[in-house]
Amino acid sequence: MAIQNNRLTAEQYEQNFSDIHPPFETQNAALVEANRCLFCYDAPCTKSCPTSIDVPKFIKQITSGNIKGSAHTIFSSNIMGAGCSRVCPVEKLCEGSCVFNLMDEPPIPIAKLQRYSTEKAMENNWQLFERKPSTGKKVAIVGAGPAGLSCAHVLSKEGVDVTIYEKESKGGGLMTYGIAAYKVTPQFCEEEVNYITAIGGIEIKYNQELGKDISLAQLKKEYDAVFLGIGVGIARQLEIPGEKLEGVVDAIQFIYDLRAKGYPTVPVGDKVAVIGMGMTAIDAATQAKRLGAKEVTIVYRRTKDEMPCTQHELDIAMLDGCEIIWLAAPKKVKSEKGKVKSLVCSKMQMGEPDASGRRSPVDTGETFTLEVDMVIKAAGQTPYEKLIKKFNIQHSAFKIKTDNCATNIKGVFAGGDAVNGGKEVVDAVQAGKDGARAILKYLKLC
Amino acid sequence: MASLESNFLGIKSPNPFWLASAPPTDKKYNVLRAFEAGWGGVVWKTLGSQVKNVSSRYSAVDYGGQRVMGFNNIELISDRPLEINLKEIAECVRLFPDRAMIVSLMADNDRRSWHELIKKVEDTGAHGLELNFGCPHGMTERGMGAAVGQDPEIACMVVEWVMEAATIPVITKLTPNVHSVVPTGRSVVKAGTNGLSLINTIQSVTGVDLDTFVPNPYVAGKSVFGGYCGPAVKPIALKMLTTIAQDELTSKVPISGIGGISTWRDAVEFMLLGASNVQVCTAAMKHGFRIVEDMIEGLNNWMDEKGFQKLEDFIGKSVPTITHWEELDINYHHIAKINQDKCIHCGLCYIACEDTSHQSIKLAYGKPYNTYTVIEEECVGCNLCKLVCPVDNCITMEEHRVAPEYVNWIEWQKRGLPLNDH
Repeated sequence: MAIQNNRLTAEQYEQNFSDIHPPFETQNAALVEANRCLFCYDAPCTKSCPTSIDVPKFIKQITSGNIKGSAHTIFSSNIMGAGCSRVCPVEKLCEGSCVFNLMDEPPIPIAKLQRYSTEKAMENNWQLFERKPSTGKKVAIVGAGPAGLSCAHVLSKEGVDVTIYEKESKGGGLMTYGIAAYKVTPQFCEEEVNYITAIGGIEIKYNQELGKDISLAQLKKEYDAVFLGIGVGIARQLEIPGEKLEGVVDAIQFIYDLRAKGYPTVPVGDKVAVIGMGMTAIDAATQAKRLGAKEVTIVYRRTKDEMPCTQHELDIAMLDGCEIIWLAAPKKVKSEKGKVKSLVCSKMQMGEPDASGRRSPVDTGETFTLEVDMVIKAAGQTPYEKLIKKFNIQHSAFKIKTDNCATNIKGVFAGGDAVNGGKEVVDAVQAGKDGARAILKYLKLC
Repeated sequence: MASLESNFLGIKSPNPFWLASAPPTDKKYNVLRAFEAGWGGVVWKTLGSQVKNVSSRYSAVDYGGQRVMGFNNIELISDRPLEINLKEIAECVRLFPDRAMIVSLMADNDRRSWHELIKKVEDTGAHGLELNFGCPHGMTERGMGAAVGQDPEIACMVVEWVMEAATIPVITKLTPNVHSVVPTGRSVVKAGTNGLSLINTIQSVTGVDLDTFVPNPYVAGKSVFGGYCGPAVKPIALKMLTTIAQDELTSKVPISGIGGISTWRDAVEFMLLGASNVQVCTAAMKHGFRIVEDMIEGLNNWMDEKGFQKLEDFIGKSVPTITHWEELDINYHHIAKINQDKCIHCGLCYIACEDTSHQSIKLAYGKPYNTYTVIEEECVGCNLCKLVCPVDNCITMEEHRVAPEYVNWIEWQKRGLPLNDH
């Protein structure tokens, strides 16, 4: 057993990481589905979208051949509508509430249709928004992820000059670095960032980390307002023996390397255990399998009823051949010659509901051992504690506290994962919009 | 099992489904395929004057992702040599003696031409003639087709010529490109036609190409009005059929119904409104002759379900139910009811009523699903909500009579009952 990279041929890598939800190949194919849409009023799909995209309208526009209008409808609500069409867990958002579900019919493939229109817009570089003349106001945004980019776009549209400080060398945030490659390619992410910033008035300064290369005090001084879209970073620690062993890796780091460094360079074990059952856990497990791991086992301490990922995501993992062990909590990572040899887990059972009605897993005292050579930790992410402490920003468990997007520091606003603790890309886009509106109000521009 | 056997003016066919005079019936090859597929009869594509066709010839209207909701053509009558047509007709009659063979005719506008043509056609053994007084393009400019059908006097004259020579049944096909089909219908019945058929195609422009700016169908940068047919014209055809079926004089002759018939259901509707049989073209052009299989089976099953033994048991059954507006019962009232178990919360009933009708549906906000209920006092019973609802039988119209007795408009006025009171 060993952890090693370069397990597959170039063709195998390409096949394993090709688009999991391929787009419509023809206009006809898109039209067949678009024409199924009932054009609901006060549509449940729109209400289930965190950015409130007018779904019936953009689909109707596909049927009338007004693809430009369709893309405009999408981007007006969600400037990352192209990326979201590939990464949104639509089965629990728009598509999950499509009225066809109530007729036991397959829902309208909203994401695929959204991809159809937005992809056309990006391919043809349709610039659908015009920036108002500069107001002379300057805003600094920290983080070129979904929240930051969405905030920047709204502000720029209103004539604000925006500078984004990004600690990585590419924009897109978790979209670029933290999502399975078979959903969005790094190249697509780059194109999306370029498409969004093509409106003008947005400068991204890369490799600029807050607290290291730049300070909040400096930003406050140089700009009329600051928006923090810094996200969350580090994987939650398991706090079990053996966690520091070679072969125990952080899911976010694992996915980051995969995307940033290229598939063949990323080492993976023969037998991999993934801890957690969120979207990131699934992305890590499936990609470990697709990198050539022989066995991948996902370990989750609760049951299927409590899992944070969607059934659709679970299905992807299971179709990839990942094993699932429910009601199992990691207890200890054992080693041999300093390398991971096995993962000892406690068998759990669901306890009685607490005051809030939530049931917690309880250790049964029994254990079992999984022979593995690699452990990927995906039990949630934690906020940038040090950074938040350093700036004296009010927080709740290091999630930045805001009042209508404003932090306790005058002129400093925040949104996205840094505030909500880690949600979907689409939630961050909405947070960016909300932040921009709050800033515009603060700057008396609306 | 019910019998689908049809007897139209003594012309027998195993079922009431004929193919209308059109491209599908212009040669032996197609007609034999049609008979093999099971069609009861054909009306052979119009023979007569010498013509020359153009390219292209057809165009269509698509709707909601479906192709050919409506169809139009600028093709002329048969452009094959008459002798070949006659020879092939005779062969088809010989090979399928149990099927109806009607030949559509459009001779030059003189008595001798008609007489000569009829003689030649009768020699083939064909069972009947159909006079094409309806073609709305190409021939009208030469005083034929719809130019005849649009003028009751000319139509009468031509039918008189035909009846002098014909020894087999004559069906006169009416054009819909008139304000009413009844005057020409009456005129040709008086002149002695044995039966009527309707409708021919409706003059139309199916659309304009937004890139070339030339309407369809395209012929070297130009277009012309074409004859419209297909599912889109069915309601117009049914109305015109009803006026013929209700007229004292025209209702005395059998009617062959035409206009957008695609299924056995459409056929039944035409027959309920007075057609003795039906003719089909567009649906066959879209799907091929095989569609007749379900038409036969569907009609058979429906008749069995309803207990009808033969076609005559239901032909014309609905004719008396179409009345004049002033005879409608004003005390009849019904109110929409939304079945909450079936409702899928699409809101289509609500927005239709709210924006364009009587604001009779209440929206109770929910995330993501709103609840919609009818405000009974406001509902005028217009049906709009039921019509737009995508779920079968989710919205039903429940009868709530205003008063038990029948009162029509004439009586209403006589009694001075309240008006404009909603």
